[in-house]
Amino acid sequence: MTLNMGPQHPSTHGVLRIALELDGETVLRAKPIIGYLHTGMEKQAEYKTYTQSIPQTDRMDYLAPMLAAEKLLAIEAPLRVQAIRVMLVELTRISSHCVWLGTHALDIGAMTVFFYCFREREKVLSIYDQVSGQRMMSSYIRVGGLVMDIPDGLLDRCQKFVDEMPAHIDEYEKLLTKNPIWLARTQGVAPLTAAQAIAMGATGPTLRGSGVDWDLRKKQPYSGYDSYEFEVPRGTNGDAFDRYQVRIQEMRQSVRIAHQAIARVRSFGERGEYRLRDFKYVLPPKEEVKTSMEALIHHFKIVAHGFFPPVGEAYQAVEAPKGELGFYFVSDGTPRPWRMKVRSPSFINLQSLPTMVEGRMVADVITAIGSLDIVLGEIDR
Amino acid sequence: MALTPERVEERLRAAFPGMSIKRQEGPAVRDHTVHVPAEKIVEVCTFLRDDPELQFVMLSWVGGVDLMPRTPRFEVVYSLLSIPNNLRFTLKVAPNDENPRVPTVCGVWPTANWHERETYDFYGIEFVGHPDLTRILLPDQWVGWPLRKDSPLGYQEVSFTHNTPNRIKPSPSLTRLKPKKVKYRAQ
Repeated sequence: MTLNMGPQHPSTHGVLRIALELDGETVLRAKPIIGYLHTGMEKQAEYKTYTQSIPQTDRMDYLAPMLAAEKLLAIEAPLRVQAIRVMLVELTRISSHCVWLGTHALDIGAMTVFFYCFREREKVLSIYDQVSGQRMMSSYIRVGGLVMDIPDGLLDRCQKFVDEMPAHIDEYEKLLTKNPIWLARTQGVAPLTAAQAIAMGATGPTLRGSGVDWDLRKKQPYSGYDSYEFEVPRGTNGDAFDRYQVRIQEMRQSVRIAHQAIARVRSFGERGEYRLRDFKYVLPPKEEVKTSMEALIHHFKIVAHGFFPPVGEAYQAVEAPKGELGFYFVSDGTPRPWRMKVRSPSFINLQSLPTMVEGRMVADVITAIGSLDIVLGEIDR
Repeated sequence: MALTPERVEERLRAAFPGMSIKRQEGPAVRDHTVHVPAEKIVEVCTFLRDDPELQFVMLSWVGGVDLMPRTPRFEVVYSLLSIPNNLRFTLKVAPNDENPRVPTVCGVWPTANWHERETYDFYGIEFVGHPDLTRILLPDQWVGWPLRKDSPLGYQEVSFTHNTPNRIKPSPSLTRLKPKKVKYRAQ
């Protein structure tokens, strides 16, 4: 029997369709069919300046495109900016994992966890609201720095959040980690061996759940991650339960990194440098634009034309909550990228779905999709 | 000693004498990039994956680039990752213009499957030997290759073209993608 799961199935987290070939309840073949959310972001980016593409890439991640553009320009953001970025992306990682845990548990039938997780996610989103004026997709990180300085009292608020967070993670674990139903639904389900995970190009918690020690924050550090103390959790069996454990541990590690980052931002001062002072590429601060002729000219040039990167190409990847998110720019020296290629982690992780579910039950497909933590907006781009 | 991209290139030259291997030069080429002939890509990739010193066990991504006025026009980019050596290495091949074909590397890394489908979908580059070369992100009935530079961005002509004088006009075969005329009626 052939069965279409999706594209409107609630557990597919968007519009994913899977053509399942079944024998009774056993899955013989699974074929993910994607593209329902395709918006042509890569094409559109070729017609926009680098800065204009930011709101689009926000639908995927906050950091990677800026870093790729910075690599292309061979500039590096000031240390204080890097600390703020690390603080915010780690909070994002916590919120992303909260959403994942809530919805994954909801799919499997543990409804309560969802409400707990979304409570914490709201806190992160309102921190984002305070920082940038938007709850999600904040476009806060820019090439060479940030949009504006962090508001007063933000650090205290972040500090309060990361102080409280470990107790909340304990709550989630109390609900799930030893729950016999949860164990029955996840342990040994949707396994992926280390060799399979590597061959399928899986990254992020999916790869680490299979026991491979690979975290770009450790291995190819960016934004000063090499100066933070944290561990990279790993699984052993590569099943859905291991991926769950990896993400829970990752939330704890993110709290640890965020603690250090907050302390570091404090040491640089609550107010301070938030942009690189290289006005060929970065907008001058607004206060200067109002008083200095030169800053005004730079402001106009960058707003009207955009900045002119050198001819060349660069690829930069970051460890996003879902895996390796990379951006590849080809520049022809004009303010618009000649080509922007997105290496989106969900797209590639989803490819290993058939490996996970073939020969197993239909109900395990739901667990497998959930444990991959996919976002269709990023898959279809 | 940590493996360097220069060493990878050296090993590659030693393993394939007589094959043209060209390092990409440029003021801002930030990653070590090497051009190899399209017909040799499978052998090169198998070598890079299996060599005990190099061990490029993961294919990070594959993508296409259209450099239109230039010939050869297309490039296919392979970004390789060696997990044991913590190193990235970029390979490029340039298929010919009229009939862009590249052998598939699905047999080397299964992950190449979707990447190559995506590249086919966007650029119309055919991957010879691919198990299921169909459109992946666009609808099956789509006409044209949207990320080619001579493919228009959308249905409408842009209003102001003063700052893009060299803009390429959409090819005539794509006119049938024009939107249907919709009559709006007052409620």
